[in-house]
Amino acid sequence: MIVMTKDTMQIVREQDVVPFRNRVRELSVKIGMSLVNQTKLITAASELVRNMLKYANGGKVMLETVSKNAQAGIRLTFQDEGPGIADVQQAMRDGFSTGKSLGLGLPGAKRLVNEFDIKSTLGAGTTVTIIHWKHGR
Amino acid sequence: MNTTAQILQNNIQKILDIWMQNQLADASLRDDLISNEELRRQSEELLSGLARATASGNVENIYAPEYEPVTEILSDISITRARQGFSPRETGMYVLSLKQAISQVLEEQLSDKPETLYKELLKLNLLLDNLSVITFETFIKGREEVILRQTDEISEISTPVIRVWEGILALPIIGTLDSARTQVVMENLLQEIVNTGSSIAILDISGVPAVDSLVAQHLIKTVSATRLMGAECIISGIRAEIAQTIVHLGIDLSNIKTKASLANALQLAFSMRNVEVRKINKNTGISLTR
Repeated sequence: MIVMTKDTMQIVREQDVVPFRNRVRELSVKIGMSLVNQTKLITAASELVRNMLKYANGGKVMLETVSKNAQAGIRLTFQDEGPGIADVQQAMRDGFSTGKSLGLGLPGAKRLVNEFDIKSTLGAGTTVTIIHWKHGR
Repeated sequence: MNTTAQILQNNIQKILDIWMQNQLADASLRDDLISNEELRRQSEELLSGLARATASGNVENIYAPEYEPVTEILSDISITRARQGFSPRETGMYVLSLKQAISQVLEEQLSDKPETLYKELLKLNLLLDNLSVITFETFIKGREEVILRQTDEISEISTPVIRVWEGILALPIIGTLDSARTQVVMENLLQEIVNTGSSIAILDISGVPAVDSLVAQHLIKTVSATRLMGAECIISGIRAEIAQTIVHLGIDLSNIKTKASLANALQLAFSMRNVEVRKINKNTGISLTR
């Protein structure tokens, strides 16, 4: 996989969500993603960035455009220094939430994108990496 | 009393003159936003405040009580300037040009004592730099107040509840739905249901750019609250890509009536209210029969 562009954004307030989503949209338009795939990626990114704000008081996101086997894609890395997730498997289950939300953020985001990776250390923070390819597969 | 304070006090008129000259000579002076008299009055007030404060012997700590009047005047000036639409440069130059004026007078007065001049200039620099930091802080605060006020205004005007037909309300939602906005939307909608005695509300989300689980949760809450009031809710404006995303996310909207367009939702609402829309042969108008 080749990284073509790289950019980071700090997310500290709820007001940062919309500019961040617009940035993701810009990138996905630039690599020529279709509207459905754009929306999928943006929604997944929105879920993860909201999680970061809600449970870890913000963090940073690395936005990269990558290329593999001549297909372009976008990789987003969400990194926070929050409390971490006690049971990642449980958190990835539909309907599980420690906040009063629907509990669809993490599992939903995983279903929306092509590649999904989550690493969490209690007390140290959580890193979620997602990749969505131009053609959505 | 130290040297700077003394020089300041003895030369207050001279410094003011030089300062005013500097300000008026600056090409970026916005004489359309502030009159020369007003500028002079502001400057005089600030300078005499500064002279009083330095007379106490304190030229370092601007957070001490004797500097309160100075910081107050300064904050006042920069907040007003932020609201009037001055640029940060113009506001910053105001204090920085004072530094220039005082330095010039100090230089004249202490030309035979270079060592004292150097020390006094250092102190003066530090003091006025601190003051310009205050100017910036309050300038930005003033701008942020403007932004906050606009945010409030936008959320107020962006949630109109429209009475489309007797007993049918429509609520076009444009922009991102966050918790605060949902609250406004819900309040407006529920109030309007009471006021008009409507039984059907159409929430149109064509203008919502992304529907994630938080937005969906807010929508579900609004629908539940409407139902509690005895009214039925239809969500319209679900675009193709949004529909796919909702399914992948796993959000269950199956017990909510949803339609692709506002027109379809209106049609459903008419049929629920037993209203029929049909063409009349004679003229092209629309007739409605109950």
